[in-house]
Amino acid sequence: MSEPAAVLTGANQTQEEALRRAPTNSRSRDFKRNNLVGYLFVSPWLIGFFLFGFIPIAISLYLAFTNYHLLRGGEWVGLANFERMFTSDIRYGRAVVATFRYVLLAVPLRLIFALAVALLLNTKRRGVYWFRAAYYIPSVIGGSVAVAVMWRQLFGGDGRVNEGVINTLLGFMGIERLNWFGNPDTAIWTLVLLAVWQFGSPMLIFLAGLRQIPSEFYEAASIDGASGWQKLMNVTLPLLTPIIFFNFIMQIISGFRVFTQAFVITAGNPLDSTLFYALYLYRRAFNDFQMGYASAMAWVLLLIIAFFTLLNFRLSRLWVFYETKEG
Amino acid sequence: MDQALNFESHRHQRRRANLTRGLVYYAGVGLLAVVMLYPVAWLVASSLKPLDEIWTNVTSLIPSALRFENYAEGWQGFGGISFQIFFGNSFVHAGVGTLFTVISSAVVAYGFARVKFRGRDLWFSIMLMTLMLPSQILMIPQYIIFNELGWINTFLPLLIPRLGGDVFFIFMIIQFIRGIPIELDEAAMIDGCSKGGIFFRIILPQITPALVTAAIFSFYWTWEDFLGPLVYLQNPNMYTVALALRAYTDLGSVNNWGAVFAMLTLSLVPVILIFVFFQRYLVEGIATTGLKG
Repeated sequence: MSEPAAVLTGANQTQEEALRRAPTNSRSRDFKRNNLVGYLFVSPWLIGFFLFGFIPIAISLYLAFTNYHLLRGGEWVGLANFERMFTSDIRYGRAVVATFRYVLLAVPLRLIFALAVALLLNTKRRGVYWFRAAYYIPSVIGGSVAVAVMWRQLFGGDGRVNEGVINTLLGFMGIERLNWFGNPDTAIWTLVLLAVWQFGSPMLIFLAGLRQIPSEFYEAASIDGASGWQKLMNVTLPLLTPIIFFNFIMQIISGFRVFTQAFVITAGNPLDSTLFYALYLYRRAFNDFQMGYASAMAWVLLLIIAFFTLLNFRLSRLWVFYETKEG
Repeated sequence: MDQALNFESHRHQRRRANLTRGLVYYAGVGLLAVVMLYPVAWLVASSLKPLDEIWTNVTSLIPSALRFENYAEGWQGFGGISFQIFFGNSFVHAGVGTLFTVISSAVVAYGFARVKFRGRDLWFSIMLMTLMLPSQILMIPQYIIFNELGWINTFLPLLIPRLGGDVFFIFMIIQFIRGIPIELDEAAMIDGCSKGGIFFRIILPQITPALVTAAIFSFYWTWEDFLGPLVYLQNPNMYTVALALRAYTDLGSVNNWGAVFAMLTLSLVPVILIFVFFQRYLVEGIATTGLKG
């Protein structure tokens, strides 16, 4: 993109001018100076990338094939880390299962909620602005430890004799109280519900997408006698598929990396049912100091995320509708 | 006349139908708003309840009496360290971190958006690819490096990497700069302005909204960051609010729940204030770039 422009200005000059030394020199000096200026401007990122990106990546790749221990050091072990992960480490298998369960539950539910509410808010009614803000607040504060602790107490009470809000409400409705954190089937739901509660950002992205659908499409559909439901199914949703796809990819990537909530709320319990990948990796690296093994886990995580991202891009051809392509 | 009457009543009927639909709509979205905000309201209410009421009248949002001592007691912190220290640490972490991130991101974005240099496209694509990298890969070697440098238990590992800018924000600001007419740059160039002069005099004033958006996101992501401080800060005197809250609320050790809820609430105040005052920037930032919340 950059160099052809410089070449073009050169080609525009007449031969006579090109024969003269001075302009050529000044031009090339100018070009060089742009190189220098450009690298000067991007140097913060470039230096940061080398020091805190490139070098750590190289080290991490090396560590993945060693049994490096922060205090004891380590040596090259070839593929032993990966062998251990897939054959002998039972907890690793549980961590993978827990993470997949979480992603499979939290991502679709969160997106369905985000989309439904965005459709609900995509009107010109008064006060919609305030509802949008209200629904977004949980997402603003949602990543914090404060909200995680609050969530834990909502479900768990004071952790001793007193029930939390959720169980008390269930009691009001005559439903049997649940031991949320003592049962592998319910513990993960506290984290899924927390994710669903934070549907705000995908909702805003959906809303922005909905606003961009040209009103002529709806007018044309109305003239053809389409009902509201038909407009939704045949106009809105197909035109929104690129945004749904984008949100889906982003949510899956962040779902695989969830950490803080599980660390604070369930600590991986009970029976490792919420021992998410990032949590297990953290413990191996910073509690057990098995940094070689944890690095190998990090690379497998990258491969898992990359695999699902690519798979989604492949599958997207089947359902994502791009206006420009179809003409 | 008959027909006119009929017409009248028809219109009347339709207006009534619209009114009912409006009522149903607002009842629905209103109920959802209540469900969404109830946990936050519960937290604030619990932080003001008398101690014996917090768990006995657990669902209530209205304290029978306001007990502000919860805040005073919580502020004293634990292990002889008051929350003043933790909030101070968090403001340093989030404030300096945000300053570093935004300044560097703006400079780098200008370089990519407006300066033509050899290898620009290559570096740009490498930069975008780093977005895909899980932080888990970088975390361990970075820890080893910072450990060798003796930076554990300081803010340096959390702040120095910020001088490289943040790829999300760099990308967002580049998009913003591309919307500024290049003729402005050219006019300034003819007037003898250097690239640096153009950046400071032409571009910087124009991209202020993008910088505000970046600063807001950067501040509240850093304020809420848990994993970074957890890895690098082990001395309680260095704890950020997030770390302190986690230590303060470890199950089994809590006796004064009023104080706990007070500090949980207080830790959310900076984030909520920013949201209230800069809501427009946040919403637009997410809508235009797809940033995560």
